[in-house]
Amino acid sequence: MLKGYVPPYNATVVQKLLDQGALLMGKTNLDEFAMGSGSTDGIFGPVKNPWSYSKQYREKRKQKSHGENEDSDWLITGGSSGGSAAAVSAFTCFAALGSDTGGSTRNPAAHCGVVGLKPSYGLVSRHGLIPLVNSMDVPGTLTRCVDDAATVLGILAGHDPKDSTTIQDPVKPFTLPSLTDVSKLCIGIPKEYLTPALSSEVRSLWSKAANLFESEGAKVIEVSLPHTSYSIVCYHVLCTSEVASNMARFDGLEYGHRCDTDVSTEAMYAATRREGFNDVVRERILSGNFFLLKENYENYFVKAQKVRRLIARDFVNVFNSGVDVLLTPTTLSEAVPHTEFIREDNRTRSAQNDIFTQAVNMAGLPAVSVPMALSSQGLPIGLQFIGRAFCDQQLLTVAKWFEKRVQFPVIQLQELMDDCSSIFENEKLASVSLK
Amino acid sequence: MATPMLRWCCPGRRWIFAGIGGGSRHGRGVPTGSTSSGKRGQSSVAQQPLITAQKPRKGEREWAAVVGLEIHAQIASNSKLFSGSQVDFAAPPNSLVSFFDASLPGTLPVLNRRCVEAAVMTGLALDCHINRKSLFDRKHYFYADLPAGYQITQQRLPIAVNGSLAYSVCVGQRWSQMVTRTVGVKQIQLEQDSGKSLHDNLRSQTLIDLNRAGVGLLEVVLEPDMSCGEEAAAAIRELQLILQALGTSQANMAEGQLRVDANISVHHPGEPLGVRTEVKNLNSARFLAKAIDYEIQRQISELENGGKILNETRSFDYKLGCTVPMRDKEGKQDYRFMPEPNLPPLLLYDSGSLPTGADPQQVIDIDQLREQLPELPRVTREKLVRQYGMRPEHSFALLNEVGLLEFFQNVMKETRAEPKKVTSWVLNTFLGFLKQQNLAVSESPVTPSALAELLDLLDRKAISSSAAKQVTDVKKGNPRAINKLIGLVRRATLGRADPTVIKEVLERQLSS
Repeated sequence: MLKGYVPPYNATVVQKLLDQGALLMGKTNLDEFAMGSGSTDGIFGPVKNPWSYSKQYREKRKQKSHGENEDSDWLITGGSSGGSAAAVSAFTCFAALGSDTGGSTRNPAAHCGVVGLKPSYGLVSRHGLIPLVNSMDVPGTLTRCVDDAATVLGILAGHDPKDSTTIQDPVKPFTLPSLTDVSKLCIGIPKEYLTPALSSEVRSLWSKAANLFESEGAKVIEVSLPHTSYSIVCYHVLCTSEVASNMARFDGLEYGHRCDTDVSTEAMYAATRREGFNDVVRERILSGNFFLLKENYENYFVKAQKVRRLIARDFVNVFNSGVDVLLTPTTLSEAVPHTEFIREDNRTRSAQNDIFTQAVNMAGLPAVSVPMALSSQGLPIGLQFIGRAFCDQQLLTVAKWFEKRVQFPVIQLQELMDDCSSIFENEKLASVSLK
Repeated sequence: MATPMLRWCCPGRRWIFAGIGGGSRHGRGVPTGSTSSGKRGQSSVAQQPLITAQKPRKGEREWAAVVGLEIHAQIASNSKLFSGSQVDFAAPPNSLVSFFDASLPGTLPVLNRRCVEAAVMTGLALDCHINRKSLFDRKHYFYADLPAGYQITQQRLPIAVNGSLAYSVCVGQRWSQMVTRTVGVKQIQLEQDSGKSLHDNLRSQTLIDLNRAGVGLLEVVLEPDMSCGEEAAAAIRELQLILQALGTSQANMAEGQLRVDANISVHHPGEPLGVRTEVKNLNSARFLAKAIDYEIQRQISELENGGKILNETRSFDYKLGCTVPMRDKEGKQDYRFMPEPNLPPLLLYDSGSLPTGADPQQVIDIDQLREQLPELPRVTREKLVRQYGMRPEHSFALLNEVGLLEFFQNVMKETRAEPKKVTSWVLNTFLGFLKQQNLAVSESPVTPSALAELLDLLDRKAISSSAAKQVTDVKKGNPRAINKLIGLVRRATLGRADPTVIKEVLERQLSS
């Protein structure tokens, strides 16, 4: 739909980075209009996870593989901001921007072994972010370490007069303290997030993480988010409704792709939209329009709004009871091969994979995925921390403490290893950030 | 076939159907309290018919018409409702289009303060309750002049509700018989205007100009308390004057700054309301009344002939003088209303609720706006009546022409003549002259001072009124009239004045 479209203005987040001297290296691939959890449904083709080519993964595979074509079973990055996660993971850039509406930044971060931050809704301007769900979208950041995420957030956060949903006050850049004492910290473990679909490896890492905090003096308690089971369905109704509305502007008239038909305006619109949108997008538009029909509005849209409030209140209640930060998995498992992923359709996969991340968007809270360890297959697994609204600094402080403790390994990419071995000899942390 | 008996508010007007029998008079209809399509209406002022209705003939039944109006007034502001692009009606096509107006992806609406103030002021002038919290919604439909595929409006909770608009109609045969009516103002809401589409049938294409897309509109919804075209036209006229006095809209119908849609239905008194039709885009005051009356007639004829009224949208064909169904409105539209997620609720304050230390740039104080409201036309007219003992209908006439009131007041300042005389001269001779020459008050060659002086002369009986009229003739540029004047003055002075002196004096006076 946006073939050949070159935006005549910069998004606020992009402009802010440029103003601070950042160099824009390029734009990354994603699922079309950010709809998807695999970064497989974009017009430029699917994104390949750099870990598919890592020494860690290849070595594990050699042990059990039967000498097939090395590239045939490459892994997905997760999505929808998979291109950005891959770019950061493969050391091509310092940081990348993504978007997060239901987990689209955190999910690929976990699969690619990088830090994926979803700021509080309203903290970072959405001016220039192509909207998916206006009431849930935020620009997200992908970086190799938590300190870098804080650096980027410090530049991006604050009031933007061009976005009426941002906070009123400016935000100053900040550095994270190096937390040593976690004894005053209370970590919450939501029991509803323990689902049978969760892989045993992720579950055991989750448990290990909880123990880590406890062993260092933090209070770790089980909490309840009772409306968790309704969030996927609620999200589906609200997301598709907003999508139907937001996509109404793509008609080929002012910009972007326009079909060849010129019989009538209506015919032109219909053909342009059929040609310009993929199946996933069209499906969501149809669903959304259904929910917004006069006869359905109360039963679907308004009901979903009410359920959304209940979900948001679950979090408020938990934070009010003394919990500082919640600890949950980010994904159900490590990254899967592309051939396996595409066995189910986009909607099914999204419903499955958004399960830990998407309630956070409904509540507008900040959350960050931090890579913890490699799986038995040599692939990254990350865990998610969820914080109080507008307490992004506190959230990142806890995440930084965790990151230091777990010492997630650097990705070993053959080519890079050969050229830059000197860099890696001295670095213990999974970062080559500019210090 | 017997012609239907109509209850009209405005007897004496000539209708398509001639009067029933010889010299019949139509009675004025008592407006119904309830409204069409089940909406609750405001109760109108009870009216006493001046002329009793003729008894219906055997087999005939009376009809009552119900008219409601939806008015869209373009807000007089420098920039558009949600974007910073300029508002200017004469600019080259597509030269005032911001990224947001063109619906470029990633752009977001930012509310224009002046537009909110305009809405509040209009609401206050119409005695509305101003909602301290109002919301914005998206109204979806696909059309080439609507780039985003939706219009941002206020459907759930508009900025102002429950007001009233008082207007006057003349009843009876004489212009002097005026009565005041009120129509309820259901609500006032802020919304975006659409772009303009121009159909080029020659090349089978439509040209889109987005200059107007996103301009702020005030939608004023009037309750169906009116019962004929004249009432509707009078209500619109008064609303125009109010908007112009407030400065919130220039409300010029010819320039599309004020557009009116009418909802019309007919029924037999005592029976439930009939099916209503909507007549859209009435762009002139004159045709407004015509279109409404035509539609009322059409509905009555249709029903009298055993037909049915469709709940449809119609437009007015100016050339043919009739309403016709609009082609592209088949079936009912579902606008799929949804809250506008990019605009938080609009919160307004008054002096009691204003948060301490609030930045005045960021808040709107209703009480402050109320204090600053300019004088409304109704008050101005009342003052004229009180101050000058003027007849009410004259006060209306003075306000009805741009600049005329000011002219009158300037004349009053400089003359010793009686207000009644001044009024008469301004409204009859002067205005008549302007109309004849097709001039606006601002273009008048006669200045207030000149007229004042002339009236003074008249007052002192230095010249007769016919002479004075001749003076204006001269002023109009008829030099030979001066000779006539000289003759008149000679006669007035009983032949004692020297013609040469008279000429000098006159020329001196006239050249001023």
